[in-house]
Amino acid sequence: MLRRPLMIAAASLAVLAGAASPSFAQDKPAEIRIGISTFLSGPASVFGEPAKQAAEMIVEDMNRNGGILGAPVRVSYIDEGAGLETLTTEYKRLATEGKVDAFFASISSGNCNKIAPLAEDLKVLNIMWDCGTQQILEQTKYRYVFRTQANATPEVLATLLYLLKTKPNFKTIAVVNQDYAWGRDSWAIFSQALKKLRPDVQVVAELFPKFGAPDYSTEVSRLLALRPDVVLSTSWGGDLDTFVRQAAQRGLMRSSTFVLALGESSLQRIGKDLPDGVIIGARGDHYFLHPEQRDNAKFKAFMDAFKAKTGSYPIYPVFHMAQAFAGLEAAYKKASGANGGKFPTKDQVVDAMNGLKFQAMGRPITMRADGQGEEDQILGVTRRVEGYAFPVLDDMMIFPAAKIMPPVGQKSEDWINTLTPDFINTPVSSFKHR
Amino acid sequence: MSLQTIMLAVFDGVAYAALVFLVAVGMTLVFGVMRILNVAHGSLYALGAYLAASLVLGLGASGWSPWLAYPAMAAAAAIIGVVVGGAIETLLLQRIYAKEEALQLLVTFAVFMMLENIQRLVWGVQPYFVGEPLQMLGNIELGGIAYTRYQTLLLPAVALIVLFGLRFFLRGTLTGQVILAVTEDREAATSIGVNARRVFLSTFIIGATLAALAGALAAPTTSIQPGMGADMIVLSFAVAATAGLGNIEGSALTALLIGLARSFAVYIAPELEVLTPYLIMVIVLLVRPQGLFARPEARRI
Repeated sequence: MLRRPLMIAAASLAVLAGAASPSFAQDKPAEIRIGISTFLSGPASVFGEPAKQAAEMIVEDMNRNGGILGAPVRVSYIDEGAGLETLTTEYKRLATEGKVDAFFASISSGNCNKIAPLAEDLKVLNIMWDCGTQQILEQTKYRYVFRTQANATPEVLATLLYLLKTKPNFKTIAVVNQDYAWGRDSWAIFSQALKKLRPDVQVVAELFPKFGAPDYSTEVSRLLALRPDVVLSTSWGGDLDTFVRQAAQRGLMRSSTFVLALGESSLQRIGKDLPDGVIIGARGDHYFLHPEQRDNAKFKAFMDAFKAKTGSYPIYPVFHMAQAFAGLEAAYKKASGANGGKFPTKDQVVDAMNGLKFQAMGRPITMRADGQGEEDQILGVTRRVEGYAFPVLDDMMIFPAAKIMPPVGQKSEDWINTLTPDFINTPVSSFKHR
Repeated sequence: MSLQTIMLAVFDGVAYAALVFLVAVGMTLVFGVMRILNVAHGSLYALGAYLAASLVLGLGASGWSPWLAYPAMAAAAAIIGVVVGGAIETLLLQRIYAKEEALQLLVTFAVFMMLENIQRLVWGVQPYFVGEPLQMLGNIELGGIAYTRYQTLLLPAVALIVLFGLRFFLRGTLTGQVILAVTEDREAATSIGVNARRVFLSTFIIGATLAALAGALAAPTTSIQPGMGADMIVLSFAVAATAGLGNIEGSALTALLIGLARSFAVYIAPELEVLTPYLIMVIVLLVRPQGLFARPEARRI
């Protein structure tokens, strides 16, 4: 009676072993399967949905041109909005059933924290395609985990440097961030560096309203009474929109300079409420009018096609998604080159990620030995111009990544402690809107 | 704490309390009469906001007078209340009044999940914003600080109208008396010829309309986005539980208490802001488990 199930188990084990054998994997597979985790529900779907649209456009384009090394690409999605439990279960299922060659996961830093060790256990290539926490790759050395974009440290430091370069004389600052990991961590980096670079600046209010708070009236009243020179917010999505609109309606944006580190992602929605001169960041050199890329025909064609498909110009998660695909494609090609032109094994692809150089829709990105990408940062101020229903960026600066992040092996907080006011003079490239 | 700060905190607190009351009162009414804790209340709030936004944006696009935005918001609330609220009551709730409370809770929770997804299908995930009804009323200077007339005057006024309107309706009209009779003793009311089924339907529609009205009124002040309904369930439950489930005047006072506590927290101890409604709830329930204003329940048997 027991024999049949045993035999089935043995047979399926044999099939599994066969599938995993190296001779099998070196042939060109029928397709390269990518599992992508992204928010398709909940507030963060403001990022997840455009990124998914981008992924579909990119895959379509790749497959029209022969896929990666001749193998067509197929993607499947996991909704991060369904919660961490569902995400990890689904992730494990796709990985252990051999249904995925690489993962792009995820948007939420909390999810990345859990996914990184999981990918390492499962020995599957994981590109953290959007999450920002710098801690994951600074604390642990991973073999299978990479990030094809910047992290919180260069993103926040570029924002601070832009402020210090363009408003050198401000005396007081207040912060209004969402009450969760990113809101707290970004302020920790910002305030630590600010103390090193401008110890005289006074922090007059640190406000962390609830994530998803429907109303900021009280915060706005308090800031109107305090009149800080600068108001910083690293909030995003509907939260940022609500805060900015309430602040603009009640005149707070006239009395204080606003610094919105993720403002680029809300610009097209809240643009008409924004006055000129608001400092806007983009978590990288992500901008649909990127001063160095906008004349590139391929770049322009993608921006227009995305606008035609979705009704809006791409925002930073779209660029992040493009980087993950560009990085993966470059790694396959590099690994194939090292493999004498033959299709690489999964491990060879992982090896190829180290020191990889690739370019998506911004400046070229280099992968460091710790799996972290070096990505430059763009910031600018809002300016109303003809031809757009929302303000565009002017007085842009692009910050070189290598100069604004700790070297491999050093933790951000230790490195920031070594900064001196001379750091403000970090050379940048400057651009006007044209 | 300066006098100016106290004044500012009071203005902010009252404005916030008005909206909290409007959200919570519908849930309180439905629980008071029907003894059902309606988790889908949050979805009705979100649907009211979305439909109001669509109507106001549609009006704006078609070139009608912008002042029609206010009747449009009221219309949105009524449409959601009657159509969605009516459908929930007749199709689902009517079948489960005799069932266990846990099951009732699960059913309304399931409705909430479905409505969340329907809302995503219809309106997508990008935040909506309709600032016009708020911007048209302009600002008012109070204590040297600019406030919006919409939040500091209009919302508290509507909250008061709803509060006294409901009081008058329940105590001063025949329909209201009938509702109270069913609340008091459903069997006795039925035996003297009251149609309890119709009372439940109309109560639920009123409760749903109030939830949608709160959403419609909140629409010009906030980003309308996925997840906005879920937060409101928790907050209105905190208000309703602190007041004593089913107590309308109590909900108004509790909303004021929570609104003021929250705005003072922003000025004095911003770290506590998020916690204030729940701190108040915990403290009140420790001292008075039936809630601040609930009357002790008479034994039925």
